[in-house]
Amino acid sequence: MIQVSHLTKRYGSHTAVSDLSFSIEKGQIYGFLGPNGAGKSTTMNIMTGCLAATSGQVKIGGYDIFEQPRQAKRLLGYLPEQPPLYLDRTAWEYLHFVGRAKEIRERDLPDRVEQVMEETQIAHVGDRLLKNLSKGYRQRVGIAQAILGDPEVVILDEPTVGLDPKQIIEIRELIQELGRTRTVILSSHILSEVQAVCQTVLIISRGKLVACDTPDNLERLFAGSASVEITAEACEEQVRQLLAPISAITQLEIVGKGEGRCEARLTGAPQDGDDICRGVFFAFSRAGLPLLRLNMARASLEDIFLELTGGEEPEAPAPEDDGGEEAEA
Amino acid sequence: MKAILRHELSSCFTSLTGYVFAAFLLLFAGIFTMVYNLNYQVANFEYVIGQMSFIFLIIVPILTMRVLAEERRQKTDQLLYSLPLSMTQVVLGKYAALLCMFLLPTAVICLYPLLLSAFGSVYFPAAYGAICGFFLLGAALTAIGVFVSSVTESQAVAAGLCFVVMLVNYFLNTLADYVSSSAFASCMAVAVVILLLVLVLWRMTRNSTFALMTGIVLEGALAAFYLLRGDELAGVFPEVLSRLSLFERFDTFVNGVFDLTAVVYYLTVIGVFLFLSVQSMEKRRWSE
Repeated sequence: MIQVSHLTKRYGSHTAVSDLSFSIEKGQIYGFLGPNGAGKSTTMNIMTGCLAATSGQVKIGGYDIFEQPRQAKRLLGYLPEQPPLYLDRTAWEYLHFVGRAKEIRERDLPDRVEQVMEETQIAHVGDRLLKNLSKGYRQRVGIAQAILGDPEVVILDEPTVGLDPKQIIEIRELIQELGRTRTVILSSHILSEVQAVCQTVLIISRGKLVACDTPDNLERLFAGSASVEITAEACEEQVRQLLAPISAITQLEIVGKGEGRCEARLTGAPQDGDDICRGVFFAFSRAGLPLLRLNMARASLEDIFLELTGGEEPEAPAPEDDGGEEAEA
Repeated sequence: MKAILRHELSSCFTSLTGYVFAAFLLLFAGIFTMVYNLNYQVANFEYVIGQMSFIFLIIVPILTMRVLAEERRQKTDQLLYSLPLSMTQVVLGKYAALLCMFLLPTAVICLYPLLLSAFGSVYFPAAYGAICGFFLLGAALTAIGVFVSSVTESQAVAAGLCFVVMLVNYFLNTLADYVSSSAFASCMAVAVVILLLVLVLWRMTRNSTFALMTGIVLEGALAAFYLLRGDELAGVFPEVLSRLSLFERFDTFVNGVFDLTAVVYYLTVIGVFLFLSVQSMEKRRWSE
């Protein structure tokens, strides 16, 4: 669907994107991940024709964005970092203008506009001036503008920045909905968001692509070791004694104890994770001691991100579970 | 292009700009008609039009200041770049909308000679020829205004710059009279213009060798020309200055001559400045 090859963008002596190549398949949600200033927005701007590349090529559905911009742009919907809204118009007028510019036939236009307004849930604010809308609604109008005319690829640059947690969840649901029928590319510096929404993650650092895979594969690939956490109703000696025969465990660490319980972290080679769990289960069941918790912990996307981007902190340290608490990011 | 035209027109008429512009133009047309035709009892409507040309100094900056500068400030230019529209379509659409806004009050002014003819003998060809010239002058100045708006991000700067450009152009003819017409002075003036050109080239391409080489070649050619056939340079600079004056050309219309060369001149100015505006918008993609 999209081929980016050897893309380079320089601003004077500063190289924002250097020799970036990747390809995007149809009908998936892709996540662009990278710290601020990694070149995410620059790449997206070049892919949508808003910016010219110093060198390299971008092809959308076989059309070169520089050579055949009209054919290529017809396949694209783009929401830049700041939604490009005419603040003195209403959402309804604005979407009609975009529809006309996208060459939707005049008689289909009202239906198409109504359809995207429903999809993005802005139908009830359609006749309000855009400057009077909240940030969340402006973002939705921006998304409505991008998906108007049913483009095959929708590119969203940081679609959830500055929204409150409820809005973030809603926008994410909307993006997942879009991903069922279209190719969606979104950029983010929020790890949990990418993990929750995207099927493929592209990690960019200092203008270079450092990884491209599914979140699960990335975790597996970069996990240096398998780590299992257990909580058992037993004392420390019992635990040590029971686990000693399991050869897969290379390291045993007691992390907490009290009230007849004991928590331990067991480490082994990455491929031995399941063996460790099996061994632990049978050892405790044979001894008749209750195992309250058995949890395989894998390297999180955050660790991978830090490793790949050379220790640059992500903008907002994301919580383990996906709750949308990173609204302040 | 139609989408842009429609969008621009409706935003001009939902906001006050369109009405203020039309009202302003009609107010002055009314005052001058009152003074010349009614008070002085002159039947020549072309004189009224002739006196009105100075109001372009005020209305053109107002009309054109936001047209491209505001897109850039609100970052809506990113939308225009990502839509399946070429920059030529965008600029032409916007320019067509501005012309429509200008055409409306001009159409109303077209009624005045008809009204006056009820009370005296009006020479229609001269009156309408002058109105035609007035519209062409306005259209050419608007094209310049669009270009000025395309080079800056702020409406205020665009308006100020546009006003200065209009003002210089308005007084260019007077200025030409004060400029020394000797061959040496003309040569020096052309040399300065070449230097400015080199600066602009350097600013736009950031290629100092290219700009420098162009400068050296041009200055060398000028020096050679001055040494060999210096006399022919005499009077060239004031001549060029007055040729550049858009307002000067308009006077021929007022004097009752429908000058086709002036029409071609105005159309050329429109073409050149719209082309420059498109290039300026394209250039933003490279340097943003």
